[in-house]
Amino acid sequence: MWPDDRVVRFVNENFLPARVHVKDDAEAFRRFGEKYNAHWTPTILELDPNGDEQWRIEGFLPLEDFLGQLMLGRAHIDFKQAKWVEAEKRFREIVEKLPNSDAAAEALYWAGVSKYKASHDSTALKETAKAFTTRYKDSSWAKKASIWA
Amino acid sequence: MEINFRHDVDNVLEEARKQNKPVLLDFSAAPM
Repeated sequence: MWPDDRVVRFVNENFLPARVHVKDDAEAFRRFGEKYNAHWTPTILELDPNGDEQWRIEGFLPLEDFLGQLMLGRAHIDFKQAKWVEAEKRFREIVEKLPNSDAAAEALYWAGVSKYKASHDSTALKETAKAFTTRYKDSSWAKKASIWA
Repeated sequence: MEINFRHDVDNVLEEARKQNKPVLLDFSAAPM
């Protein structure tokens, strides 16, 4: 997954990347594993600039699902910093570029929430619920959005 | 094209604060 150009570009553009290896960095692996409660590999954490965990990916994923999770986590970092416009853009990018990934339905949901948070216009939520009537209908995110219809 | 993972995590966390940039921290067992 790491050698993929899309993944490499996304990581280099959006993060300061660091790695602790279970054998080659054993002491750091133990120390940061305790700090972040990470005791299995692969575990990938997305930390905000204050070093607080905002997203976690555990276990192997196929490429598109992995990239989708990376993008989802980065979007949630913006969301938790109340950067609603930036977050919506990032969530919608997942739906557009990785529509078949596991992350897409969740991204569609949070794109609607981000738009609402930016505008306080409930139309954003209604539009999201409507979108779920044609896409990702069987997902748990469609159920969560159904209350907005 | 590759990711230049750093292993000085404490320094990375400090730089992240200064640059206001998120960190991707990979706990790995992959061959290096």
